[in-house]
Amino acid sequence: MISNDIKQQFIRIVGAENYDDSQAGRLVYSYDATPQFQSLPDAVIAPRNTQEVAEIVKICNEHRIPIVPRGSGTNLCAGTCPIEGGIVLVFKHMNKILEIDEENLTVTVQPGVITLDLIKAVEEKGLFYPPDPSSMKISTIGGNINENSGGLRGLKYGVTRDYVMALEVVLPNGEIIRTGGKLAKDVAGYDLTRLFVGSEGTLGVITEATLKLIPMPETKKTMLALYQDLEAAARSVSKIIANKIIPATLEFLDQPTLEVVEAYAQIGLPTDVKAVLLIEQDGPQEIVERDIKKMAEICKSEQAVSVQLARSEEEAEALRTARRTALSALARLKPTTILEDATVPRSEIAKMVKAINEIAEKYNVKICTFGHAGDGNLHPTCPTDARDRDEMERVEKAFAEIFAKAIELGGTITGEHGVGAMKAPYLEWKLGEAGIAAMKAIKQALDPNNIMNPGKVFAKSTRKRVVVTR
Amino acid sequence: MTTEKERSIIQTKFRERMDEDELMNCMRCGFCLPTCPTYIESGFQESHSPRGRIALMKAVVDGLIEPDEDVERSLNMCLGCRACEPVCPSGVRYGHLLEEARDIIQQNKKHSFPIRVVRKLVFDELFPYPKRMRIATALLGFYQRSGLRSFARKTGLLKVLPPSLRDMEKILPDVPALKEMKERPRHLESEGAPKRRVAFFSGCLMDTMFMPTNDATMRLLQLAGCEIVIPESQTCCGALHGHGGEKQKAKELAKQNIRAFEELDVDYIVTNAGGCGAFLMEYDHLLKDEEEWRERAKAFVAKIKDISEVLVELDFHKKRLKVEPQVVTYQDSCHLRNVMKTSASPRKLLRAIQGVEFREMKDADRCCGSAGIYNIVEPEMSMQILDYKMEMAKQTKATTIVTANPGCLLQMKLGIEREGLSDRVRAVHIVDFLLEAAEGVQASEHEERIRKTS
Ligand SMILES: Cc1cc2nc3c(=O)[nH]c(=O)nc-3n(C[C@H](O)[C@H](O)[C@H](O)COP(=O)(O)OP(=O)(O)OC[C@H]3O[C@@H](n4cnc5c(N)ncnc54)[C@H](O)[C@@H]3O)c2cc1C
Ligand code: SF4
Ligand code: SF4
Repeated sequence: MISNDIKQQFIRIVGAENYDDSQAGRLVYSYDATPQFQSLPDAVIAPRNTQEVAEIVKICNEHRIPIVPRGSGTNLCAGTCPIEGGIVLVFKHMNKILEIDEENLTVTVQPGVITLDLIKAVEEKGLFYPPDPSSMKISTIGGNINENSGGLRGLKYGVTRDYVMALEVVLPNGEIIRTGGKLAKDVAGYDLTRLFVGSEGTLGVITEATLKLIPMPETKKTMLALYQDLEAAARSVSKIIANKIIPATLEFLDQPTLEVVEAYAQIGLPTDVKAVLLIEQDGPQEIVERDIKKMAEICKSEQAVSVQLARSEEEAEALRTARRTALSALARLKPTTILEDATVPRSEIAKMVKAINEIAEKYNVKICTFGHAGDGNLHPTCPTDARDRDEMERVEKAFAEIFAKAIELGGTITGEHGVGAMKAPYLEWKLGEAGIAAMKAIKQALDPNNIMNPGKVFAKSTRKRVVVTR
Repeated sequence: MTTEKERSIIQTKFRERMDEDELMNCMRCGFCLPTCPTYIESGFQESHSPRGRIALMKAVVDGLIEPDEDVERSLNMCLGCRACEPVCPSGVRYGHLLEEARDIIQQNKKHSFPIRVVRKLVFDELFPYPKRMRIATALLGFYQRSGLRSFARKTGLLKVLPPSLRDMEKILPDVPALKEMKERPRHLESEGAPKRRVAFFSGCLMDTMFMPTNDATMRLLQLAGCEIVIPESQTCCGALHGHGGEKQKAKELAKQNIRAFEELDVDYIVTNAGGCGAFLMEYDHLLKDEEEWRERAKAFVAKIKDISEVLVELDFHKKRLKVEPQVVTYQDSCHLRNVMKTSASPRKLLRAIQGVEFREMKDADRCCGSAGIYNIVEPEMSMQILDYKMEMAKQTKATTIVTANPGCLLQMKLGIEREGLSDRVRAVHIVDFLLEAAEGVQASEHEERIRKTS
């Protein structure tokens, strides 16, 4: 609870119009894109600059008020659900692109900038910012950095982490620090920049970021490979990479996913095949053509029933856009949509696809799979109904087994969506007790009062481990 | 304002009537946020976004919150433009949720006396009756022609009205006389061999205040080769009622319209106002719980088509069409685009006109802020949205702004007035412009003939 006195202090900092503790105002910040998590904050505050953030954080630290920084609330791990109440910080005023530095190839932004707006702004100057999560038309850079988000171009270009050069952070004690710089090299002390990337708002509030840009690739080609066999599609993925080709994009969609995406997008996607791969290569023309040709051959040798090249950039863009709607489109099937983010080494992708199907069968649940196959990152998704207790139990068991299998194959419980509150009970499976202890020590050092996004990443108790036999 | 008792009734009704599956269908991905005008113009407030509104409705159903003033405020601020629907991959039918929620609130709260009187007058006593609509419009005509208007304008009498209504007064079209409104055609032959037999939905406002546009529509249909029937027993589409929380009345009007059209044996029922067309097109949803009407509503809905779709289907754009050289831009009617899914045909027709330099304006698909009576009840937000729209329109340097719905047309006129552009820019309904283009050709051909013979 926030006392009236503290409320007045907040209002003095941000102004009454930027402090909201009405019932409706709090409700609309009680959720994110994660199903089954909802909890009301005590207030929502919209600071206008770093100084205001620092002052708010100081008050919170003094009075032990939880802070949940929030971008657009599209995360899938209950990362912005205020499960312990407190205040939600929104960055609707801090949403400016501050500088595009064409000499150093960097862009400096405030955390509330929408990813797609940033991408468009730099592309106007012939520059390229590759991390493109499917949610980019609404996700914020602050959110992307804190989840270390990936995207369709991750295979060749890496994820958000690979583009963050410098940060301005308000620490939980209210101090403002700057990490990194516009530097190609910098070994002055610990790499705090990397520490804050993917920290899910648990270590501090990011108030500014400088991101790396690269030149726009000259050309790009897009193709679809169609399969009647799921595992054949997955094998193609491993084989393409084993053949030393790194395409820009290598996405996997199974038949049920294709059906719902086509139902929405209506662009003539094949729905009579078991799976497709969406493959793209960019770069100098000769190389693009050579790689595309070679990948088409590999797909065919792995029993692709057909390989189709997009005829125009519009057609290619339609395919990419359609792929980005996969998760939301799956949501039309059933009232509740539960999705996972298991990731394995690229060589193991076929085994993982096989295991997912077997597990679905074993627990008698429907699982649709799509994802960034080239990154070894799959999104097995279960359309279900939270009101059906019995099914929900089976779904949970199935996913626990999928996590266990992923780890067994040398993978992880989450590739890009983060731990949040949702996967916190499973984190120890991946890290082990000592790993958790090391991370907790960092958290304790920076945020001794545990005010930053409490209840996320670290669970009160760990889920009992599932042992996969086979 | 609602009392505690009203709130508790509203909450119970939410639980009973709101479609829970549809509410749960929203997975909160936020993909709809960047297209929502009120989210953008409110400075990115979740409570004024589709995702936020759905969450509020669901929270009332779940009993997490009470349907208090802020909840109502959030729902009132919604334009009902439904731009959030085509971009929702999950296919959430937001419009239906909104309509139901508004109806529950309206039906279960006691309005202040003056509002009650106005609502009753408008919803129950005026729009459903063509005759009364004609008389009301005629009164407006009397005001415009009798010298009363110039008196009111000169004396500053209009200042008693709030600014939003004062501006409205200026942009209302000069309306036809009562006699003209009474003598409407009921059947028209096609020009040349008939290619289609269609019925025309003439609407209430369209057949009075915008009568010349209705005439132009029928003329175009004739030119395109349509035989037209215009049943007399048709009535107002009920959109105003449906969107305004008077669902029961909307259902009555829907039934009357279905009865008026179902025996006609026509290929299409043609509309020329996106707002009406979209509402007609959802009669099946409106009447979904009424056994004996379900199939009849479906058959009715299957025939609804906007004039521009009919014209394109009949190759009207391949006719010779010509206007004076001018830059033209098109403002989508939200409901025409988002519900009737008509956006390419109007553009195709405009591009086909000789003399037209068509320039797409940025965010042409974003609502202009007219939204039924929104510009009267939420003037501040409406004008903010309109100002953005006019900025985009100005960037195209268009001298003609074309729209496809009477509300949008008035709003564009209002925008032109507010920007002080009325000497340079005009707003027209697409059918009026098309007729101008068709007649332009006839006129120039006529001139040519005279020149040749003399
Ligand atoms: C349909 C759909 C598709 C998606 N596709 C992808 C995808 O392809 N790849 C992918 O990686 N993810 C994907 N996501 C997940 C999600 O969109 C990303 O995690 C995204 O980066 C979240 O951005 P946001 O602005 O919504 O952040 P939020 O969800 O608001 O926040 C995310 C985290 O960042 C923290 N945070 C936000 N701003 C700050 C700040 N300024 N300082 C400190 N902490 C902060 C929050 O506390 C939270 O822990 C998808 C989600 C959806 C719904
Ligand atoms: S796009 Fe659809 S599913 Fe996503 S938040 Fe909006 S209404 Fe909900
Ligand atoms: S109908 Fe229009 S204003 Fe209302 S939520 Fe949808 S997009 Fe926003």
